[in-house]
Amino acid sequence: MHILIQGGRVIDPAHQFDAVTDLYVAVGRIAGLGQPPAGFKAEQVIDARGRVVCPGLIDLCARPREPGLEHKATIASETRAAAASGITTLICPPDTDPVIDEPAVVELIRRRAEAAGYARVLALGALTHRLRGERLAEMAALQEAGCVGVSDGGRPVANARVLRRALEYAATFGLTVFLTPLDPELSSGLAHEGPVATRLGLSGIPAAAETGVIARDLELIRDIGVRVHFGRLSCARSVELVARARAEGLPVTADVAVHHLHLTENDLVGFDSRCHVRPPLRGLRDRDALRSGLASGALIALCSDHQPHEPDAKQAPFGDTESGISGLDTLLALSLRLVRDGDLPLPALIERLTAGPARVLGLDHGHLGIGAPADVCVFDPDADWLATTLRSRGQNSPFIGWELPGRVTHTLLEGQIVHAACG
Amino acid sequence: MRDAEPLIEAMADQLRELLAARDIAEPVLVGIYTGGVWIAERLRQSLGITAPLGHLDVSFYRDDFSRIGVHRQVRPSELPFDVEGRHLVLVDDVLNTGRTVRAALNGLFDYGRPASVLLAVLVDRGGRELPIEAHVVGARLNLPVDQQVQLTGPELLRLVIQQTG
Amino acid sequence: MSATHFQLDRRGRLLHFLTIEGLTRDHLIDILDTAESLHGVAERRVKKLPTLHGKTVVNLFFEASTRTRTTFELAAKRLSADVLTLNIATSSAVKGESLLDTLRNIEAMQCDMFVVRHEQSGAAEFIARHVKPHIAVLNAGDGRHAHPTQAMLDVFTIRRHKPDFANLQVAIVGDILHSRVARSLIHALNILGAGEIRVIAPRTLLPVQVENLGVRVFHRPRDGLRDVDVIVMLRLQKERMEGALLPSEQEFFHCYGLTEERLALAKPDVLVMHPGPINRGVEIDSRVADGPRSVILEQVTNGIAVRMAVMSITLGNHARPAGETA
Repeated sequence: MHILIQGGRVIDPAHQFDAVTDLYVAVGRIAGLGQPPAGFKAEQVIDARGRVVCPGLIDLCARPREPGLEHKATIASETRAAAASGITTLICPPDTDPVIDEPAVVELIRRRAEAAGYARVLALGALTHRLRGERLAEMAALQEAGCVGVSDGGRPVANARVLRRALEYAATFGLTVFLTPLDPELSSGLAHEGPVATRLGLSGIPAAAETGVIARDLELIRDIGVRVHFGRLSCARSVELVARARAEGLPVTADVAVHHLHLTENDLVGFDSRCHVRPPLRGLRDRDALRSGLASGALIALCSDHQPHEPDAKQAPFGDTESGISGLDTLLALSLRLVRDGDLPLPALIERLTAGPARVLGLDHGHLGIGAPADVCVFDPDADWLATTLRSRGQNSPFIGWELPGRVTHTLLEGQIVHAACG
Repeated sequence: MRDAEPLIEAMADQLRELLAARDIAEPVLVGIYTGGVWIAERLRQSLGITAPLGHLDVSFYRDDFSRIGVHRQVRPSELPFDVEGRHLVLVDDVLNTGRTVRAALNGLFDYGRPASVLLAVLVDRGGRELPIEAHVVGARLNLPVDQQVQLTGPELLRLVIQQTG
Repeated sequence: MSATHFQLDRRGRLLHFLTIEGLTRDHLIDILDTAESLHGVAERRVKKLPTLHGKTVVNLFFEASTRTRTTFELAAKRLSADVLTLNIATSSAVKGESLLDTLRNIEAMQCDMFVVRHEQSGAAEFIARHVKPHIAVLNAGDGRHAHPTQAMLDVFTIRRHKPDFANLQVAIVGDILHSRVARSLIHALNILGAGEIRVIAPRTLLPVQVENLGVRVFHRPRDGLRDVDVIVMLRLQKERMEGALLPSEQEFFHCYGLTEERLALAKPDVLVMHPGPINRGVEIDSRVADGPRSVILEQVTNGIAVRMAVMSITLGNHARPAGETA
């Protein structure tokens, strides 16, 4: 299929490209930029005037809940929601049921995503067997099966000796290890250990539960030389630690979940269970430091940390609810808010959602170079919309009711149009 | 506007006669807040009664809780004597539907079983909705429904008639 | 809608009693004055008022408690309400229907008021947001968050002895971190304009940035108890030793227990209070608990009148159609 995306502002951060021009797609790949390739005959034209054309977004952490938690959502439902929000690749952590510690599970996920055909789902393999933090998982087999990295799946390894061995083993195969920087014992609380938790009487999770683990893990990385990616920083001090480590040349990267750039502990007022997340929403200083860290590039990527839930999971007193926000629908829009707030320019923001994540994964994705798979997102940055019902199966979002910027008009996955907005 | 003191004198006379007729030697006066208490104080002095005065708040016995909720002018009842076996004189300022007196009687009986209860009111304005009548009445007024009579005090007791709503 | 305003209707009247936070001085005085009127009921021959005749009050206790439950039961019965008590186990082994399903089932029984105690902070508010609009919800304690009727009976007790709040120095001693009693009492005292509120505890038992609640922090009783008018001792639970918050009950008593020596640091007419049940020899010496300064038993009696007041006021406000004046 030959598709011409005409007259849009093409932003390809990986190639430092930002100009209004035409983009040519053929045989599922980017075929031309500015000039049509030889023999190109547009079978479909997408009018992208007044729109932004960028690489399809890569979401470093999204849980489609399959296999095992299909009552919350499925790969089909969530990739569909992703496509409608310009996301063409989802990275799925290994805490499924069964855990992604066997090639068969990797294969299942890949096939389900392919069958649905809305977005690519790449799996992170388990770091330890069953994610129990005791024995190593068969990382080589998982890598061969297609895992793009290994991860603790949100269940940090408590035993430092096991963690060190796991990092060394992963380094053997050049695997990037995705770690959740939370101390299991110190993070047993419900909210950020601060004045709001004190007032509401919620058990607190101190900043040190995150920063202490990062500091220790950085020392391990220094010794071993393994590539580590810290998922979802929430503290100002964490950003400092990572920035300093990167300046020293350590192979470490980190991301932040977009909701941490908008919400703080103050949003917990009323015991709103939609704001029950891990890591918790912290203070204003932390939020501002995360925004600065994203702008400076200390935080290389922005993700949704998508965790869709069935209604019951959130309909109980705060401490009895499950944590997590359904974030696919609002990832791009909430990110664009940062541009509107002047925190960083649009091309830099798009880099954090495309080339940045690709760099973490070590994949040749997230860009519009000639010959690259045609994963493209076309959106209207000035179209505001009211968040009402989310496309995801999970409606658990504190952003419902917000006026948000940026409406995706078209999404292409390997040259196929997987989403086209009506009207 | 009308001075209430002469009416209270008239009440005292009636009450004196009634108590003598019934051979009640040591009556106890119980005033219903707030106007009934002012009147009961004057009566007690006039009749030279030594027993302490009772103050009764009927807020929690009213029958209109479901419509009105807790009344704002709540204050504690004080009955510094044993109700059991005593001859009581219940005193109120205005007798209208009879519901306040009904509530007061219920309240009194939760304290004990009196030997008898006489009712003395300053003004009977008619409009009864219950089978209640006063033994002693200062003045009878036939007022239309849209008019209200109130006792003002506590220094100078006066009756004020007002148009309502 | 802000958390603390959810319990008020459009005209600022109490529809539920969930937390002291966000209430005005007038709200509190109203409750105290009403409780004063109800106080004498217990001394009469007929210890009952007909006010809530025909109403049904349901005690929903997700967290076990004999003492609080019985005082709420007694308060409801003294107002002639019908009382239903449901003790719902919450251990995961016995976990049956969801909280919402439990509520729906009880609502089907035509009740007017839920008195709720739950181990999770925010539970009372959650229930209030999910029940039918005609039902009043009273918080009998939710996690560490609030225990508003306890705070009211505490200030009621204080007011009966020392009505001048502006010059009052109150010390709260013990496990502030886990205490809903402390949080509610601090809010009530601040709203009533208390002179100074002090919290006295080791660092492990103090919540982060507790000064933001409007208190002065002390770590030693010999500093914090000096010249205070009221001492409130909080209950210490055995689990605190397991959580590595304290080494032992003995050390706690040694450093923080209210002994006669420590009592002498306060004003000679100091009030000694405790929400109960007391751990003799842990928070407080028996001689002080049973001594002349102790008003602990008074607190229990006052608790009934205060709860009667709160029940009457909230149910009364539900009955009143909006727009009608008093």
